[in-house]
Amino acid sequence: MTARQQLPEAGTELRTATAKLETGQSGSECLVKVGGDWRLSEPVPSWTGVLGEKTATSMRVVPEGLGKWDTTLVLFLVHGQAWCAKSKKDFHVEALPKNLQALLRQVAGISEPKPMAKTDVKSTWGLAGDMAKMWASHAMEMVSFIGECTLGFMDAAKKPRQFRWMDCLFEMQQCWATSLPIVSVVSFLVGVILAFQAAIQLRQFGAAIFVADLVGLAVVREMGPMMAAVIVAGGTGAGFAAQLGNMKVGEEIDALETLGVSAVDFLALPRLLAVTLMMPVLAAYANVLGVLGGMFVSATMLDIPAAAYWIETQASVGVLDVTTGLIKSLFFGLAVGLAGCLRGMKCERSAAGVGAATSSAVVTGVMLIILADALFGTIFNVLRI
Amino acid sequence: MKSDTPKTVIEVKNLACGYGETVVLQKVSFSVHSRELFFVIGGSGCGKSTLLRCMIGLLKPLKGDVAYFGKSFTAADAVQRRDILKTFGVLYQNSALWSSMTLAENVSLPLEEHTSLTREDRLEITTLKLAQVGLSGSEELYPSELSGGMKKRAALARALALDPAIVFFDEPSTGLDPITSREMDQLILQVRETLGTTMVIVSHQLSSIFRLADRVIVLDHKTKGIIAEGAPRELAATSTDPRVRDFLNQDEDSSKRTKHPSAVKPDPISK
Repeated sequence: MTARQQLPEAGTELRTATAKLETGQSGSECLVKVGGDWRLSEPVPSWTGVLGEKTATSMRVVPEGLGKWDTTLVLFLVHGQAWCAKSKKDFHVEALPKNLQALLRQVAGISEPKPMAKTDVKSTWGLAGDMAKMWASHAMEMVSFIGECTLGFMDAAKKPRQFRWMDCLFEMQQCWATSLPIVSVVSFLVGVILAFQAAIQLRQFGAAIFVADLVGLAVVREMGPMMAAVIVAGGTGAGFAAQLGNMKVGEEIDALETLGVSAVDFLALPRLLAVTLMMPVLAAYANVLGVLGGMFVSATMLDIPAAAYWIETQASVGVLDVTTGLIKSLFFGLAVGLAGCLRGMKCERSAAGVGAATSSAVVTGVMLIILADALFGTIFNVLRI
Repeated sequence: MKSDTPKTVIEVKNLACGYGETVVLQKVSFSVHSRELFFVIGGSGCGKSTLLRCMIGLLKPLKGDVAYFGKSFTAADAVQRRDILKTFGVLYQNSALWSSMTLAENVSLPLEEHTSLTREDRLEITTLKLAQVGLSGSEELYPSELSGGMKKRAALARALALDPAIVFFDEPSTGLDPITSREMDQLILQVRETLGTTMVIVSHQLSSIFRLADRVIVLDHKTKGIIAEGAPRELAATSTDPRVRDFLNQDEDSSKRTKHPSAVKPDPISK
């Protein structure tokens, strides 16, 4: 298209670097001599360049030193043909190469190209509406999935031997192994960051020792379980969605269904249990690392001995604080597992579907974690725990 | 092969299927007889696979009924449904072997779910089934370590694990070269000869259709239903419907086959 946009106006220079076009009069006939190389990548003359010869009653296109040519020449001739038909002139191409004539015949009678329909760009509000609808349907799916899983667990409780314990253990191992290094680094650093922030404020009042209280409570009640959950959502939760999504695409889930095996019982429940059980373990570990992070900062920056820091932490953080954190993390685990398994099982049957399912699992998982945390925060506040 | 009064194993009555608002097929009725090699054929997009998904219970019919051995599948409760599911095996288009399990575990899972056999018995049956499809010694391989043809064989072994009366095939020759595809056809015949299994095969592979089919139904996407039913060679020769004739006489090979049906009549396979 660019080549045609660069064409010279009628009556101006008709020679381009490669394609040549000359016109000549022979009696009542106008000779259009085409020559040179006609390439899409080069600017080529347009038919409008020939329009000057209005007196001629017929146009005859003849090759003169015609080199290589492509669609541009065909298009040029199509335009010529159309222009001749419109202004009732004869159009002759008999002298042109046979294959070019054949091409011209093939495309004879094509209509004016319609302007390309503009891609339907939705308004921002329209998109927001679509997203809201999608979230609503996801929420409905989640509710029914929770129902299915509850029924599945009730069945499994009746017949525990039929539960796939080995799969569950395997997933627990996987979850532990993949999350441990990242949980270690992240929770230690969260402890460090919290201690820095607290130290700046508390040092002004000579109350630096209270860094231990702040870091201890913040990590054990909130940050430890939360960071562990977010990391597991990004690793294990996304992994569940990708695994199950792939199984859906490869008809593996269909194969289970036609065997009379519920995919929820077979695939989702072991994973759900695994991540739910593993989460408090990882959260407890994250708590320890977080407190260690705070201790590190205090010892190196605030000159608070580790022993003093530890005693202060013990004094401020009660068993109840640790328990509420771990109880929350159980539900965080459930949320991550539900989001991962559900998005995987609802995956579209394509490679892109698996990608979408995976990212949707992480987003849903993290959102559910925050929702659950807010809910628990309110409940604990009301109960004054 | 055909007795005088063929026993009906599957009966599809006035079935309509589709996705949401889109109706893909409507008013589809046919029956499949015992020990029959029954093909569902038609061009791409005519609803072959949709019909299959409806028949095996992966898609809820919009209307109508599918019955196995006289028992309605559509109206079945959970227990009846499980019983019916046991009577058929399915070989999926891309094999659908469970990728996290070895071949032995794949074949063994149906036995584990539906029988009370001991682990040893299951293992023995699994080895037997894999040998039956020519995969002896591959028990410990994972699906990802197999070629396309081997995967199909393994999937057939899994479909046959519970000795089902019926096996459904979704385009068994997709993605296979002509030779492997022919081997697959021979395997299908062999299973029918030895186990007397009824086979319902969705396909558009002409060579397989002429080699195997006892009876075919031809689907069409404009009619949204069956446009012809009968033996493929008869349909190719005598059908008055140009769509059926065009589909079945796509190449000269097939017309040659119609002239010499005896030349391709399969012998019991010697392996």
